[in-house]
Amino acid sequence: MGAEFVQFSLTPILIGVLAAIACALPGNFLILRRQALIGDAISHVVLPGIVVAFLLTGTVAAIPMLIGAAAAAIVAVILIEAVKRLGKIEPGAAMGVVFTTLFAGGVLLLEQSDTSNVHLDVEHALMGNLESLIWFRASGWGSLLDPVALASLPPELGRMAVVCLLIVALTLVFWRWLKIATFDEGFARALGIPASALGFGLVITAAIAAVAAFDAVGSIIVIAMFICPPAAARLMTNRLGAQVWWSVGFAILSAVLGYTLAGYGPLWFGSQNAVSAAGMIAAVSGVILGLASLYGPHRSRVGVGRDDAGA
Amino acid sequence: MSGFLDALLLQAGYNAALVMIGSGLLGFAAGTSGTFMFLRKRALVSDAVAHATLPGIGIAFIVMVLLGGDGRNLVGLLIGSAATAWIGLLLIEWIARRTRLAEDAAIGAVLGVFFGIGIVLLTVIQTMSAGRQAGLESFLLGSTAGMLYSDAVVIAIGGSIAVLATWFMRRPMTLVSFDPEYAAALGYNVRRIDLTMMGLVMMVTVIGLKLVGLILIVAMLIIPAVTARFWTERSNRILWIAGCIGGVAAYVGAAISASAPAVPTGPIIVLVTAVMFVLSLIFAPVRGVSAAIIRHRRFQARVHRRQGLLSLARQEPIREPYTLRLLAREGLIRPDGVPTEAGRAQAAKVARDERRWAVAREVHQDAGLTGRYDGLTPIEDVFTRDEIKDFDRRLGTPFPVEGLA
Amino acid sequence: MGPRMTRSAVKIAAEDGQDLRAAMPPPDSPLAMRGMTVSYGEKPAVFSVDATFPARSMSAIIGPNGAGKSTLLKASLGVIPRLSGEVWVFGKPLAQARDRIAYVPQRASVDWDFPTTVIDVVQMGLYRKVGLLGRLKGLMTAQAQACLDRVGMADFAHRQIGQLSGGQQQRVFLARALAQDADLYLLDEPFAGVDAATERAIVDVLKLLKSEGKAVVAVHHDLSTVRDYFNYVFLINVRRIAEGPAQTAFTAENLNATYGGRLSATHISELTLSGGAA
Repeated sequence: MGAEFVQFSLTPILIGVLAAIACALPGNFLILRRQALIGDAISHVVLPGIVVAFLLTGTVAAIPMLIGAAAAAIVAVILIEAVKRLGKIEPGAAMGVVFTTLFAGGVLLLEQSDTSNVHLDVEHALMGNLESLIWFRASGWGSLLDPVALASLPPELGRMAVVCLLIVALTLVFWRWLKIATFDEGFARALGIPASALGFGLVITAAIAAVAAFDAVGSIIVIAMFICPPAAARLMTNRLGAQVWWSVGFAILSAVLGYTLAGYGPLWFGSQNAVSAAGMIAAVSGVILGLASLYGPHRSRVGVGRDDAGA
Repeated sequence: MSGFLDALLLQAGYNAALVMIGSGLLGFAAGTSGTFMFLRKRALVSDAVAHATLPGIGIAFIVMVLLGGDGRNLVGLLIGSAATAWIGLLLIEWIARRTRLAEDAAIGAVLGVFFGIGIVLLTVIQTMSAGRQAGLESFLLGSTAGMLYSDAVVIAIGGSIAVLATWFMRRPMTLVSFDPEYAAALGYNVRRIDLTMMGLVMMVTVIGLKLVGLILIVAMLIIPAVTARFWTERSNRILWIAGCIGGVAAYVGAAISASAPAVPTGPIIVLVTAVMFVLSLIFAPVRGVSAAIIRHRRFQARVHRRQGLLSLARQEPIREPYTLRLLAREGLIRPDGVPTEAGRAQAAKVARDERRWAVAREVHQDAGLTGRYDGLTPIEDVFTRDEIKDFDRRLGTPFPVEGLA
Repeated sequence: MGPRMTRSAVKIAAEDGQDLRAAMPPPDSPLAMRGMTVSYGEKPAVFSVDATFPARSMSAIIGPNGAGKSTLLKASLGVIPRLSGEVWVFGKPLAQARDRIAYVPQRASVDWDFPTTVIDVVQMGLYRKVGLLGRLKGLMTAQAQACLDRVGMADFAHRQIGQLSGGQQQRVFLARALAQDADLYLLDEPFAGVDAATERAIVDVLKLLKSEGKAVVAVHHDLSTVRDYFNYVFLINVRRIAEGPAQTAFTAENLNATYGGRLSATHISELTLSGGAA
């Protein structure tokens, strides 16, 4: 639990934790707004985004890929909104139409283009490769103070930290607006709060979180982290502030426990090979949600929902 | 191109023909069963179902290998995938019913978690000696290369069964997806029919895994129904239109894939369906975007024209720039805002109709008729000519118009 | 014959600024609108409505179901977009007068399962004042608590909102509007589905507001209480039917015109007579 831990486990765990928090924060509001599945849609369109970025730039450098993915996410969000409004189609179906079409386009482009010799494949996009984000130059905890070693930290860590900080800051700054526009959009508009722009901003923030997390940990974890920690948190408390804290706690727990189980769990069963950390993190978050659904103090519905009240 | 035509006419080999027929049937079944989910506003349940098949595939493979068999047996894998998909469905239902979480959160949670577990199992399989060339990843995106004869047979048979099952259950399912409360009042077990619907979706998903993969099968379930919605307002027609869209798209997509190298079947089927969707979105006669834009423009112009004329008749100034532009363009006012002769004539007619409406609403205290006094409906649309004459008689001729008379 | 008569009958519209100003609403009217049209799809829900609500009074917007009452209120607040028309709040455009408006939306329009408490909801009324990041000082919490007290909900401050009855939810919404400390209170069906005690409590608060010189405009359903609660009525059925002091405008004739035969003659005479007697 010394030098080896710092070298092989510290950075993946940190990246996993940051990614989980970055997704869970906007997830709280998405769930309350009945937009939970936007995370699902966004994480699917990341693939066409990076394929197009690769075709345009010819490189697999991280920055163009991230820009491509973010652009695809924004395009998808706009398309979903357009299909919803123009076609008068319910949001779930509109998402289904848009993200599957873009995903299909991405797969087709990938198969058509000559990407066989570069590291760009669908499985990687879906599963990520958290385990490979090791801190090679680290020799122990002392490396945290060694500038040379710090310079060789995986770049994903820095990117994820920046995005996570950005999302924390946005959540803090817009906390009141988000709360009021999520609870009572009509009242928010009457106060002069730009509720539509706020909703769009929330989805874009979610897209940024998804893209940054996808780069480090793959798509599946993104979907799970948007929904499972905030959903479990909703069942633990009846106050929004407390819910957000719970969700952050659950996100951290999922990331740490999931990574540990994936890395060390198979050893306990006598197997030498680790399993997918991203998958395991998603699975752990599912177990947490399951436990919250069974035993959470505020698991059952009390108030009358928007849909039932009108009748 | 001739290769594509050959394929389209089933001349591209026995296997290809079988796959195309199977795809067409599967597309039809997916279109119809997806329609039920769409009408029930649960389109993305199918997404969760599709992702929830992955752990089942992994488990089935491991179990078959441990039992000493071939892990790649398609029927075994499909049974496994159906099992976990079903568990996923029940979990969604349980979470949405038993906790305060909404259905979309339940869908997303099951989707993400089951997929995560599936990925974990795939990495486990990769470490097994039998798993190296398992090729289970093909279930993510469907087979890109040519299909085995046995796979094609499974798709063709499965597609036919799904179509038959849809046909058999179409009435109760239409009823439940349209008006669940009425269906319950008629004595149908809504929950069981809901689960049957989802079971049908699950069946289509499982059969489609090999062909298009678990991510893209969702498109075959959702897009045809959404596309069909543009063309009709009647639920039973949506069903068959969606089926036909799904069937044709899958058949054509499979033909393109069979005739062109390096064109994977799944994505091309989805893209063909998406093209049909976009065309419908833009050009459908009533619900299409172009029709709606034209209608809205006309409506807006009618409102502003009418409001402008009312203002002229009441000798009130018009302040809204759009109204001024519109009236000027139609030659009803001069650029400086003064009404032209035509404008005055039109305003007088508007004023007369307003007075007629006033009388009409006194004479006919009938919500159905006078409820159409919304400012836009011409009085001639609501009352007969002699009725209007009667209003005019009550007004007296020549009737006075506000202002100078 | 038509055109000639027309030419003599219709005077040319105003060319100079004089008449333009004449068409502007009086600046002391808390809420005035001209040419307000709102549509959902292809049918106007509200067509070319002019209204001028008077200051220091309680006004009711009255009309049958689907007559556009709530639509008119929401469109005048910018909660839903309008197709045409202008709105003035105390003689100013809406954007410059938002601080002077308090709004009570329909109770059914929000998700009562939202994770928040009663006092939290009331404090939402202070959000405009404290801005995005300003601290909610102790004074403001006390202010919110005082507003809860005014609607008789002081003991419920820390309840989860889902645990409230319909009447209590409505009181919380009213307390939130009170926290806005406005000059114009707009209420969308404040008495819909509430118990008798709550209705009395709400009316008392509104009457107190009126006596303090504030203006109240409410979408109202129950014709039997119009005369008791309100001193000004606005009758609407897609178009404006009539408006004026309750004594003169809440008449059998206007009700007939508004409801188009949906009310029986005896019912109407009861309504208008009993109100007059009281």
